[in-house]
Amino acid sequence: MNTPASPVSSVLQLDRLTKRYRSGERLLTVVDDITFSLGPGETCSVLGPSGSGKTTLLGLCAGLDNPTSGSVLLNGQNLGDLDQDRLAELRNQSVGFVFQTFQLVPTLTALENVMVPLELRGEPGGAWARELLGRVGLGDRAHHYPVQLSGGEQQRVGLARAFVNRPRILFADEPTGNLDADTGEKVIELLLEMNRDFGTTLLVVTHDLDLSGKTRRILTLKGGKITSDRDSDSLSPPEPIPEQTRSGGLRDSSGTESEPA
Amino acid sequence: MRSILTPWPWKMAWRDSRSSRGQLLLFAASIVLGVAALVAISGFRANLKSALDLQARSLLGADLLLSGRQPLTGEAEALVDGLGGTQAREVRFSSMVQFPGSDGSRLAQVRAGQTAFPFYGTVEVEPPQALARLDQGAFALVEDSLMDQFQARPGDVIRIGNRSFRIAGRLRQMPGEFLGSSLVGGRVYIPLAHVEETGLLGWGSTASYRVYFKFEDEVDLTALLQGIQPQLREYRLRAETVAERKARLGRILENSADFLNLVGFIALLLGGLGVASSVHVYVKRKVPTAALLRCLGAKAPQTLSIYLCQALGLALTGILGGILLGVGLQFFLPGLLRDFLPVDIPFSLSWSALAGAGLIGLILAWLFSIQPLLFVRRISPLAALRMDYEAGRQPFDWAPWLVRLAIVAAILGFALVHTRRWTDAVAFAFGLLISLALLAAAAKLGMMLIRKFFPGTWSYPWRQGLANLHRPHNQTVVLVLSIGFATFLMMLLYLVHQGLLGQILRAAGSGQPDMVLFDVQGDQKAELADLLRGFGAPVLQEVPVVAMRLQSIRGRSVAQQLKDPGNTIPAWALRREYRSTYRGGLLENEELLRGSWPGGKGKGDGPPLVSLDEGIARRLEAGLGDELVFDVQGMPVATRVGSIRRVNWRKVQPNFFVVFPPGVLEEAPQFHVLVTRTETGSRAAAIQRAAVERFPNVSVIDLALILETVDDLLQKVSFVLRFMALFSIVAGLTVLVAVVGNSRVQRLRESALLRILGASRRQVFLILGVEYLCLAGMAALGGVLLAWLGSWVLARLVFQSPFVPAFLPSLGVCLLVMAVTVLVGLLAGRGLNRLPPLEALRAGAHRL
Repeated sequence: MNTPASPVSSVLQLDRLTKRYRSGERLLTVVDDITFSLGPGETCSVLGPSGSGKTTLLGLCAGLDNPTSGSVLLNGQNLGDLDQDRLAELRNQSVGFVFQTFQLVPTLTALENVMVPLELRGEPGGAWARELLGRVGLGDRAHHYPVQLSGGEQQRVGLARAFVNRPRILFADEPTGNLDADTGEKVIELLLEMNRDFGTTLLVVTHDLDLSGKTRRILTLKGGKITSDRDSDSLSPPEPIPEQTRSGGLRDSSGTESEPA
Repeated sequence: MRSILTPWPWKMAWRDSRSSRGQLLLFAASIVLGVAALVAISGFRANLKSALDLQARSLLGADLLLSGRQPLTGEAEALVDGLGGTQAREVRFSSMVQFPGSDGSRLAQVRAGQTAFPFYGTVEVEPPQALARLDQGAFALVEDSLMDQFQARPGDVIRIGNRSFRIAGRLRQMPGEFLGSSLVGGRVYIPLAHVEETGLLGWGSTASYRVYFKFEDEVDLTALLQGIQPQLREYRLRAETVAERKARLGRILENSADFLNLVGFIALLLGGLGVASSVHVYVKRKVPTAALLRCLGAKAPQTLSIYLCQALGLALTGILGGILLGVGLQFFLPGLLRDFLPVDIPFSLSWSALAGAGLIGLILAWLFSIQPLLFVRRISPLAALRMDYEAGRQPFDWAPWLVRLAIVAAILGFALVHTRRWTDAVAFAFGLLISLALLAAAAKLGMMLIRKFFPGTWSYPWRQGLANLHRPHNQTVVLVLSIGFATFLMMLLYLVHQGLLGQILRAAGSGQPDMVLFDVQGDQKAELADLLRGFGAPVLQEVPVVAMRLQSIRGRSVAQQLKDPGNTIPAWALRREYRSTYRGGLLENEELLRGSWPGGKGKGDGPPLVSLDEGIARRLEAGLGDELVFDVQGMPVATRVGSIRRVNWRKVQPNFFVVFPPGVLEEAPQFHVLVTRTETGSRAAAIQRAAVERFPNVSVIDLALILETVDDLLQKVSFVLRFMALFSIVAGLTVLVAVVGNSRVQRLRESALLRILGASRRQVFLILGVEYLCLAGMAALGGVLLAWLGSWVLARLVFQSPFVPAFLPSLGVCLLVMAVTVLVGLLAGRGLNRLPPLEALRAGAHRL
C-alpha cells in the first residue's frame, strides 16, 4: 500500500472516539467521546495525569487498538476499514513511534534497530540509517547493542528509528519518562529538531509540562475526556499536573483506580 | 506464509537468536537422540536388507535343502541321487549330551553332518582348524553357551548316547542361524560317519534327515522343484530354497527393525514434547520484541516467520546432530544385535534411510515447535506500549488444533509405515497418547496435592523449592512426561521379563511337575520309574506318545486341501507331525468345552472319538463329529471329533493337540514320557545324570533348563530393548537440561534476589535440589505406576497370568531416576550462585 498522494487537510482526525473496557462486572470508559484533528507538521502534546487515558488514546490513534465507537482517520484512511495487516502496512509507511522504555530489540545492534522499518518493506536502508544515527550523534556506536548504550543513547537510537521511514506522523509515548532531566532535555531538542526538518506531525503523550510547552498545541485529558485544547503560546497557563498523582485517574463507580498509563 | 520465503525473516531470525543460541542449541539437543535412534535403526535395516541380498545363499548354506522326518527310503535316495549337484547329508535330533568332566548333562541339538556343508558362508569356530578335525574322527564342535555352562575346553570328552566325542572347538556361529543357542538349548556338531555309533537313531525320537544341494548357476531350481513336487509329497520330504529362507528371515528381521524403530520414535516424540515446551517458554520471552515489530509495521505472518525460521533452524540443527550420532550408532548396532543376525552386516550409508529418518525428525520437530509459536500471531502491538497489556477474550484459534491434529497424523503415519497394519498403528498411537495423558494427569495431580497438602511449617528452602514447581512458565508437566515415560519403558520391560519367568516358576509350583523325561521306550519305563522313585521323585504321569500325520479332513485329503486356492487352514497345521496320546480322562490342566469325554469308541462300529485342543480345532476348522483320518506311521486311522478341550499349556508336562481314547493306539509304535517332581535343583541334576547314564536315549527337560532357555532369550531381547529405552531416558534428561537452561535467566535473578535477601548459597542450592527431587519423584512414581498398569494389562490380556508389582525393584528404579535427575538438574544449573548478586541481576536483565 502506498501513502495516498492526494493532499489531505489533516494527518490525524479523530471523531467522537470512545474506548470502553469491561473489567469483571464493570464497564470502564477509558477514552470518552474525543474529537480533534492534527494538520501536517503540527505538533501536539496530550497532557494528563496517570490513568487519564493518554496511552490508550495513543494506541487508538496509531491503529494499535480498536475503538468501541467513533473513528480515526490517519493520513486520510479510516483505520476502522483496515484489517490488521493493512494497519501494519500503514504504520510502516506513515507512522513513527518513540517509546518511554525505548523498545529497542536487545539482540539487534543500534544500526540494525534503526533499519528494521525499512527492512520490513524490503528496502535496503543501511546508508540512510547510518546517516540518521550520525544525526543523533551515535555514528560511532552503530554496532553497539542496546545493553551497551546508556538510556539517553538508547532513546536517540529510538529517534533515529522513528524517522527512518520519513513518517507523516510520529507518536511519542512519554519519551523522557525514563530519562534524567538533562538527558531528557537533549532528547526533546533532538526530537523537535528532527520533527521540523522532516515536516512530521507530532503527537506526544506526556505528563511533563516542560515537554508539552514545546509543542504548538496542548490537549489536556482527564478521566478520558479532553478538558482543554489550546495553543501552548496562549496566555493562560496550563493546568498544573500533580506529579505521580492518581487523584485525576480514571475511577469507576466504586471509586477503584484502574488503567494505569 | 509466503513471507518465510523472503530473506528478511531469516535475517531477523539469525539476529534475534544472538542472545539465545545456546538455548536454542539445547532445544535442538532434545530431538538429537530420537533422530539418532531412527537414523541408526533405519540405516541398519537398509544394511541388513542389502546384506541379506548379497549373502542370501549363506542363509541356507546351500541352494536347496530337502528334509524329512524319516531316513530316506530307497526310492527317495534314488530321487535325491537323480537331482545331481554337490550334496551333503545331515541328521539332526535332540539328545542329552553328557559332559563327564563337569559331571553334567543337558539336552542339546545334535547335528551329525559332513564338513562339505555349508557350501556358502563360513562356520565360525575356535580354533579355526577345529572344523577340519571333524573329518579326522570322533570329534565334536560344541556351542559356546554349552562350553561355558559346563566349563568345557577343546580336548575334553563329551558323550552322546553310546559314543564319546572329543571336543575339537567352540562353535560360534553357523551361517543363516541366529538366536540358535537360546531356542534349541545349544548345538553340538558331530561327524555323520559316527552318528550310528551313538545308538540314538531309530528310538522313536524325532530326527530330521537333511540333504543339502549345491547346483551350478545354470540349474533352474524352480523348474527342478516343480518337476519333483509329487515325489517330494509322496516321500514326505520338504524342500526349502534360498529365496524362501531369505523371505522368512527377512520378514522376521524387518519386523524386529520396525519394532525398534517404534521404540526409537518414542524417544523422538519425548524430545519433541521437550521442544514444544521449551519453545513455549521461549516465545513468551519474545513478546516485547514481537509487539515492537508489529508496532513498526510488521504483519503478523512476518513476525511469525522470524520464529518459524528459528524453529526450522533448530529442527535442522537437531536433525544434523541426530544424523551424525545415528550414523555413529549404526556402527555399533551389528555388534549389539549379533545374536539376532544370521549374516554379517557390513556398514554402509543408506542415503534413503538417512533422508527418511531426517524427514520424519524434521516434520515432528517443526510441528512440535510450530504449535507454541502460533501464539506470536496473536501478540498485539499494544504490548509494546504497555508491558502489562493482556489481550481480552480472543476468538477461538483453530490453528494450534490443526497442528496437534497433524502431530497425531504424523504419529499414526509413522506407526502405519512400520507396523503395516491400521489396527496396530492405531493401537500404538492410542496407547502412546493415553500413556502420555495419564502421566500428564499424574503430574497435574501431584502438583495440586503438593500445593494443597504441603505442610506450611517446613523450612523455607522446601517451601520455595516446591513453589518453584508452580512458577510462571514452569515446565513441570513436560519434564514429568519425558522422564516419567522413560521410567515407564524401563520398568515395563523389567516387569514383563520377571512376569514371564514368574509364570514358568508358578507353573512348577508346589506339588506340580518340574521334570519331563521323554523318548522312554516301553521296556525302559518300569526301570526308569524305579530309578526316579529311588531318588524320592514320584512318577506323576506316564504318558504314551504316538507320532502321526493328518491324512484327510472331512473326506478331503491334506494334499487336495493344500492345493485348493480357497484353503484357509494353515499349511503347518495340515503338514505337521501330531504327537498324540491316549487316555481315558481329562487332566487337571484341561477343561472340556464341547462334546463328551471320554470319547471311547464311537457308536457301534463307528470310528473312535478323539478330543482336540480348542486352538488346533479352530485352525483345522474342525467341529464336533467331523471326520479326521490320521496316518499313524503308514496305517490310516479314521476318527471323529468327539470333544473340544481347553488346555493350559503352561505346565511342565506333555500336552497334546489330539488325545485318543484307549483301545486304539496301544499297538502303534510309541515312546513314553515320564513326568516327575524333583523339588530341588541338586536332586534334578542327580536324576538327570543317573537317567542319562543308564538310558542314553532318554532326554530330560527340567524346570532349570526351561528357565535358563527362556531367561537367556529374554535377556538378549530385553538387552536390545533396554538399549532402545535408554534413548528415551537420555532424551528425557536432555529435555531436563534444556528446560533448566531455558529458565536459567529466571533462576539467576531469583537466586540473586534470594542472596540479596540473605539466603546462603547452600540454601539456594537446596531450593534447586528440592525442586528437582519433587519433579523426579512425580516422574518416577508416575512412570512406575504406569508400568504397573501396562504390566497388569499385559498380564491380564496377553499372558493371562497374575500381576506381580515388584515393589522393591520399583522403589529402586524410583530412587535411581530421582538421583540421576537431581544430579543432572544441579549440574545443568551450576554457576547460578557463582556471580555476585548484583552482577547476576544485571546479567539476567541483559539476557531477557
